[in-house]
Amino acid sequence: MGDLQIKKQSKKYDAVIVGSGAGGGMAAYVLAHAGLKVCLLEAGPMFDPKTDSNQLKNPWESPRRGASTKYRPFGDFDGCYWGWEVDGEPYTQTGNPGTIPWEWWRARMLGGRTNHWGRISLRFGPKDFKRRSIDGLGDDWPIGYEDVKPYYDKIDKLLGVFGTNEGLENDPDGFFLPPPKPRLHELMIKKAAASVGVPVIPSRLSILTKQINSERGQCFFCAQCGRSCKVYGDFSSSSCLVIPALKTGNVDLVTNAMAREVLTDKEGLATGVSYISKDDLQEYQVSGRTVILAASACESARLLLNSKSPRHPNGLANGSNVVGKYLHDSTGADMGGVIPELFDRKRYNEDGVGGMHVYAPWWGDNKKLDFPRGYHIEFGGGFGMPLYGFSWGIEKLNGEFKVKGKVKEAGGYGASLKEDYRYFFGSHVGMAGRGEAIARIENYCEIDPAVVDKYGIPVLRFNTSHSEYEIKQAKHMKETFAEILHAMGAVQVWGHEDGPHNNWGLHAPGNIIHEAGSVRMGNDPKTAPLNKWSQAHECKNLFCMDGGPFVSQADKNITWTILALSMRASEHLVDEMKKQNL
Amino acid sequence: MIMDRRKSIKAIIVGTVSTGVLVEACNTEDKKAPEQAPVAEKAGPASTINRMKEEAEHEKEVIAKTFFTPDEMATITILGDIIIPKDEVSGSASDAGVPAFIEYIVKEKPEHQTPLRGGLRWLDLQCLNRYGKAFKDCSHPQQMEMVDAIAFPKKAKPEMAQGVAFFSLMRNLTATGFYTSEIGVKDVGYMGNVPNQWNGVPEDVLKQHGMAYTEKELRECYDPTKA
Repeated sequence: MGDLQIKKQSKKYDAVIVGSGAGGGMAAYVLAHAGLKVCLLEAGPMFDPKTDSNQLKNPWESPRRGASTKYRPFGDFDGCYWGWEVDGEPYTQTGNPGTIPWEWWRARMLGGRTNHWGRISLRFGPKDFKRRSIDGLGDDWPIGYEDVKPYYDKIDKLLGVFGTNEGLENDPDGFFLPPPKPRLHELMIKKAAASVGVPVIPSRLSILTKQINSERGQCFFCAQCGRSCKVYGDFSSSSCLVIPALKTGNVDLVTNAMAREVLTDKEGLATGVSYISKDDLQEYQVSGRTVILAASACESARLLLNSKSPRHPNGLANGSNVVGKYLHDSTGADMGGVIPELFDRKRYNEDGVGGMHVYAPWWGDNKKLDFPRGYHIEFGGGFGMPLYGFSWGIEKLNGEFKVKGKVKEAGGYGASLKEDYRYFFGSHVGMAGRGEAIARIENYCEIDPAVVDKYGIPVLRFNTSHSEYEIKQAKHMKETFAEILHAMGAVQVWGHEDGPHNNWGLHAPGNIIHEAGSVRMGNDPKTAPLNKWSQAHECKNLFCMDGGPFVSQADKNITWTILALSMRASEHLVDEMKKQNL
Repeated sequence: MIMDRRKSIKAIIVGTVSTGVLVEACNTEDKKAPEQAPVAEKAGPASTINRMKEEAEHEKEVIAKTFFTPDEMATITILGDIIIPKDEVSGSASDAGVPAFIEYIVKEKPEHQTPLRGGLRWLDLQCLNRYGKAFKDCSHPQQMEMVDAIAFPKKAKPEMAQGVAFFSLMRNLTATGFYTSEIGVKDVGYMGNVPNQWNGVPEDVLKQHGMAYTEKELRECYDPTKA
């Protein structure tokens, strides 16, 4: 350590961006195309789906047959590096009474978690920006649907999304590519759900069922979007934003760069970012006229809280003391079963796109319910590629149902057992509710006063819990799933044993991987770190463009809104620079 | 006798798994084994899967270890082939390299180690008391009698419960290893993982299940024949 020194780059950029996921990728794309000079810091290595994706690998090509590891919690072929744990980068919990540990997913790679996400691309609706006005809980956004709509329109066209215009009030129409036809179990779900009053419509996924430009190929229906796409047939920040941005020549990408803090001058303005290189473990500083944090809602909050200075003694842009607070995730609960109608079914390739072809947007009327806000339902099932865990627990199935007309003894072995595996293949169905939790000040992340990561950077400590609202929502999900499964003649196999003893199977906060709210926007600097342009009230050349700025996160997956808000904020930044306000 | 068994296990592993490195893992006991080198080369690289640096290092460490003894591997091989034997459709568990898969996966998922090792010993003790021999050295009828006592959870005697738990785990690991092999994927009839065009459920299948696409779906959805 004798020769440890800080290496300062002499080049001054127009913007230094921390993080290359949806928010950072979009910022880099917009700024680079506007001719600005950008330095993009990414805490993980380079990743280009074209060369690095595990698409079309067979299960036997993995010695663990696709099983998960801590390096790839969603399985060996998954397109995301790291997840719930990152070696040498711990996080902690307050352990206060009533809290439930936050589960924090962290991707470390170019494009971040967009390389493996579900591509569910839902616009927020008009009501989603004004929830306090509707139910008195949480806060309204300082902007409305009309402010974001033009950007949703632009990203629909720029990045591509399939779906249908249904004219639904809070699930707005967009510019959609044609959706794929429903699979067999999805037709059954649709019919059953309609019979119990749950509408099922084509899903809205950012997957190219038609080619939209010469840089990206068309989907070839392998169902493996989770591995990232070699022909760029789905949206990842790496393939669709960062790599095109690099081609402009205006972006210097620094991979394996773990941001330490935002640097400020004596006026309190941002001057750049300090980082440690994971390659050579040297300390670096890079300077910019503006700084954009897009490191993930929690990492961006961590960076702000770790950036203390005489002008910002409580952390940068944190005079309000709400950085880290209002942290929330989607609610989630699941259930699955088997459809006897589909036993011994005819074989064909039903891979389709990566993910569901239909979904159920929120349909309920909260005035008649005992919880606020809603959820949508995601569906799974059918002939999936056999991977580790395939047909685990056959002894619970083959004694319950007749196989080819014969009653069998549960368990067993031999040729008879092989017949059973073939008989049940492709008959399962799963449902997952993903809903809106209330953003509350009591749910927060903060700097742990005693713990640092392996780079010496103080780590986050979480304090999160569920309220009765989320628990009642999970109960409603379970009741709805049971009703739909029953209506389609399916038999519940898992998820039905949840109840009041375990909050109806409600997932731990953070588990759905939709972290948001920890650097929220608002018109009042006393209650929000950012203004309506995702720009810090107390440091005008600092922006946050990930899930941090969200005031509330709707019953929609947040990526499409992260992209829209990042594009909006980036265009604002360019305008302000032109006007010499920045 | 011991050498022969080791050789036969090696043959199973070399013959059926595409990862040459597993050969090395099994060679740790007899360090020379020069005749194995060309086979390992033919078997190809350790993995064709994209790996980040930390993952590749982890995998090297896993492969360097050996968990099961040759006797345990022999028993696993016999049990695997009882659970998934060759039939008119496809080959057996050992044809599909299942024993090598089980050796690998328990090193990665240590939660399976004690249930399997302890279960194998439980089985041998049962057999020793009943037949005076370890399971692998029993006659085929004796082995099947023993398996019948633990393969059916609902009708097994209560005092066999530990054996039932062990056999269920063996069944699960064997099936998951088999149906994720090339032989098993073909057997179960998974037809995906190839570039293609999705144009909905085949007509005859729709009819069979009394389903149909709506006018709206036919109008709005992607149809490759019209593209």
